[in-house]
Amino acid sequence: MTSLEQSSGPLPMIRFNGITKTYDGGRPAVDDLSMDIDRGRITVFVGPSGCGKTTSLRMINRMVEPTSGTILLDGQDVALQKAAELRRSMGYVMQSSGLMPHRSVIDNIATVPRLNGVPRAEARARATELLDVVGLASELGRRYPGQLSGGQQQRVGVARALAADPPVLLMDEPFSAVDPVVRAELQEELLRLQRDLAKTIVFVTHDIDEATILGDKVAVFAVGGRLAQFAAPEEILRAPVDDFVAGFVGRDRGFRHLSFQQGDHVTVHPIETIEVDQLADPTVSVRSAWTLLVDADGRPHGWVPQATRGSIATQADAVPGGSLYTRGDTLRRALDAALSSPSGLGVAVDDDGRAIGVVRAAEVFELIERARLDRGRADHNTAV
Amino acid sequence: MDYSSSNLFVQMGEWLSDPVNWSGSRGIPMRVLEHLGYVGLTMLIACAIAIPLGLFVGHTGRGRVLIVSGIGILRALPTLGMVFLFALLFYRGVLPSVWALVLLAVPPVLSGVYAGISSVNRTVVDAARSMGLTERQILFRVEVPNGLQVMIGGVRAGILQVVATATVVAYAKADGLGVFLVEGTQINDNGRLFGGAVIIAVLAIAVDGLMALIQKFAISPGLRAQQPPAGPLKESGRQEAVASAQGGTT
Ligand SMILES: Nc1ncnc2c1ncn2[C@@H]1O[C@H](COP(=O)(O)OP(=O)(O)O)[C@@H](O)[C@H]1O
Ligand SMILES: [Mg+2]
Repeated sequence: MTSLEQSSGPLPMIRFNGITKTYDGGRPAVDDLSMDIDRGRITVFVGPSGCGKTTSLRMINRMVEPTSGTILLDGQDVALQKAAELRRSMGYVMQSSGLMPHRSVIDNIATVPRLNGVPRAEARARATELLDVVGLASELGRRYPGQLSGGQQQRVGVARALAADPPVLLMDEPFSAVDPVVRAELQEELLRLQRDLAKTIVFVTHDIDEATILGDKVAVFAVGGRLAQFAAPEEILRAPVDDFVAGFVGRDRGFRHLSFQQGDHVTVHPIETIEVDQLADPTVSVRSAWTLLVDADGRPHGWVPQATRGSIATQADAVPGGSLYTRGDTLRRALDAALSSPSGLGVAVDDDGRAIGVVRAAEVFELIERARLDRGRADHNTAV
Repeated sequence: MDYSSSNLFVQMGEWLSDPVNWSGSRGIPMRVLEHLGYVGLTMLIACAIAIPLGLFVGHTGRGRVLIVSGIGILRALPTLGMVFLFALLFYRGVLPSVWALVLLAVPPVLSGVYAGISSVNRTVVDAARSMGLTERQILFRVEVPNGLQVMIGGVRAGILQVVATATVVAYAKADGLGVFLVEGTQINDNGRLFGGAVIIAVLAIAVDGLMALIQKFAISPGLRAQQPPAGPLKESGRQEAVASAQGGTT
């Protein structure tokens, strides 16, 4: 038995073969992507918002069809498989849990086994076990998703993805919407789970920190859907291949310190808002490319892009927002808010959770740079 | 019928309390049954048309513009006018009335079903599809149960309108509660006229109450309990549940 056996197995679990995806008329969202995803490992897709991570992930289970190229799962072209069956053979976890509100937690978890014909009692018993696996008390199984906290819902989402014991797990920013403390906890538990389960996990994040913590290998995507670098996290940190990756990683080197840097100086810009009640009224138009959706109390509930204003009539249609930046919070939270936001504008809120404006990633970076210079040389010597 | 007073309400009361009006094939119970029969037939046909159509458009989003404008046109049609038009065009008997009532019932049912399905959170639908539910399974296991509140609301609105309007049948045939209105007008019997109107109103309220009950029991409790339990939430589920099992002491 050789130690190389696992990493150089003959057949990758998933192979992207010259994959390009162009949405109607636009520039490619994913540009000629070729890569092999190792069996039983965590592969992380990381990069700024809009660089094609989600698109790449969703082509694996055919939620998006590539414009050209092939994807092989275990050597088989996914395009030749029945979409529904293919999807049932992979767990899928997304940013907002996507749990079915009308079903109890247990029945949500049991969904795929039930589709596969597992008897109800058996599927429920297994679902109850899974609650324990993801660190939830079995009493929670009888509740409905609406009665759970965000972190609990994400755990249920993971349990649901594991329920049919699929060899592959696809995770799209599963921990981005929960607060940093819970996020760290969930990351920890994913690694713990993975030690036992050894699934092939494809994990999408915009947070390079999260990528290096979780990834056995990390794929850095650049704007335009280009795969900039694909390597072990140590290598990406040590030897970024180009300026883009270096910038992204350089950011990370300062990132850890950001947790302690107060963001008092971040400029909060005004932003056009639209109230939930006004959505159904087509005469209320929006002027900005991105308008913030707020409720009657001024709390943010996602984004309304100008281009699709006409098709957004309820809160559910709005583009989900990213994490929130509470005024006075750390730079890290500010950066996180800006990077996780589909509009590239991080939503700033006051202590009561009411939107007060937006922060821009570029300006947060500038503050980070300044803070880094301030930290001086002593710190430089200990870095990396 | 002889009334003891010329007061409208007294006449109505006397007509309603006269046992003669409560028995036989021309009595109130029989008329109520006939009326409900027409309502049932109308709703059956309307639902058979509107529900599949609404499900299809709600799920696929195709033909949205078409049904929205179609509903607008149907809503603008005068029901009584349609009764006479159909009677002229096709045949005698009650069927023209039923078809006119169907035209009345289709818009609320169709828009309710369509709105119910398309109101379902797209993220939930996307998650269901990603898990490997087929389109049919998505429709019936996710979209219908989640949109049911709005869907039944549409059916309810339709029934209410049809109960109130099924009186038009009486223009073609002496059937249903409309008979009291037609007769009351013809023989100048105000007690009968207003008594009949009150019965229709009471029937409408009763049927609507029944529908409200059905609506209540058909909806998953998960859709009513969207609020997280009160009090500060601990994110870690296990700790929280343990804490609550121990009576809230940590
Ligand atoms: N359904 C869609 N239709 C049109 N354009 C899309 C669609 N989904 C994504 N895009 C575009 O493709 C690009 C990549 O998107 P995405 O894969 O979601 O990026 P990421 O997950 O890295 O943020 C973006 O420019 C986005 O606007
Ligand atoms: Mg994404």
